[in-house]
Amino acid sequence: MIPITVNGQPLTVPPGTTVAAAVMRVQAGFRRSVTGESRGPLCGMGICMECRVTLNGHPHERSCQLLCAPGMEITTP
Amino acid sequence: MTRTLVIGGGPAGLAAAWAAAQSGETVTLLDDNPTLGGQIWRGRIPARYRRFLDPRITVQTVLQVHSASQLPPADRIILATGARELFLPFPGWTLPHVLGAGGLQAIVKGGLPIAGKRIVVAGSGPLLLAVAAYLRRRGARILLVAEQAPYPRIAAFTRSLWRHPAKLLEAAQLGFGLRYRPDSWPLRADPGSVTLQGHGVIACDYLACGFGLVVNTELAELLGCQVENGRVLTDPDQRTTVPHIFFAGAGSVDRSLLEGQIAGFGPARGRALHAARAAAVAFDRGIDEAFALRSELKSLTTPETIVCRCEDVPFSAIWPQRDWRSVKLQTRCGMGPCQGRICGPALAHLCGWPAASVRPPLFPTRLENLLDLRD
Repeated sequence: MIPITVNGQPLTVPPGTTVAAAVMRVQAGFRRSVTGESRGPLCGMGICMECRVTLNGHPHERSCQLLCAPGMEITTP
Repeated sequence: MTRTLVIGGGPAGLAAAWAAAQSGETVTLLDDNPTLGGQIWRGRIPARYRRFLDPRITVQTVLQVHSASQLPPADRIILATGARELFLPFPGWTLPHVLGAGGLQAIVKGGLPIAGKRIVVAGSGPLLLAVAAYLRRRGARILLVAEQAPYPRIAAFTRSLWRHPAKLLEAAQLGFGLRYRPDSWPLRADPGSVTLQGHGVIACDYLACGFGLVVNTELAELLGCQVENGRVLTDPDQRTTVPHIFFAGAGSVDRSLLEGQIAGFGPARGRALHAARAAAVAFDRGIDEAFALRSELKSLTTPETIVCRCEDVPFSAIWPQRDWRSVKLQTRCGMGPCQGRICGPALAHLCGWPAASVRPPLFPTRLENLLDLRD
């Protein structure tokens, strides 16, 4: 199992889990739209950009295209 | 020795890379996903196709290319960039519990537990059935599969499957026990529910919703290949209008595998597969006709409905505009990070506008990457 945190909350996920799947285990909203709406993944294939999160301090990472790695810190607004 | 670059590691790209390697070409296969297999297989390539993973093929995944110097020199390029789902805007489609049909399946394949969740699958096309069957196998409760196509068309298509016993068996296995309802589509979504034409309000944890497929033509367009009616133009050998650039796939798996092999083998050996490809293309055309979108879907988008999710542009801001260019200039619709990949096909359906032209960078990139290009 891989230990990660989502907004500071510790979580372990099986190997091969995408960051998007890990976040959805905890919450539905991933980002705020330009008018402040809560948004989550739509396409699941790296095209719609709705699943962007901040990953280890890097903003705008497409969570559906990345696999969880040990110690990863995921934050959402 | 011919050096071949294959872009996209789904069924078409894998078949193309394998066929080119079989022909003695030096092959590099690129994909921006973490695993090969494309959206349909996502790293779980069926046993009978694992031969495509020829050890002579150089594979690079999770790739972001910032300059040509990152790529190996190539004598020819085979594009197999696949397809995405068509999303049509309706009130509530931006809520976090509304995902694409393939989108939800992808995230469940990526490790989201779905057992016990109540799911409505809606939209159009054979993918709905495949997604519903997959989610059910993973323990989800599929409340309803709402297919927009009218019952007579679905019935006629199902009858036509007698000529394709393997497909009929597959459809029967997927659909067995599912509440599959033609003539139904989502009218609106609210937190925790969806309202379906003919079925009223249904409480659900997720609405998985897609209205068919859109070919990812952006890279081909950027390279100058001619695109017509949403498809990259190809000759019988899968050559595009640009010399040394081929395009394969973006239809059914059968068709993608054949197109990939034809592109990979080249004309001499590829010709033996032309008849099989013609049959696969004809089958795909039957699907397109059976699941053609009904005109009522155009009235789903209300003036308040957000059409451009990146820039939160409502439909009321868009309809006074005449074309893509004025929409972009006046409303910022299509100017966000998805670069019009989601709202473009939606507006093509709603307003009949052809897609806007493609400009680099193909995907948003960091300024530091652009700065590196100066060196």
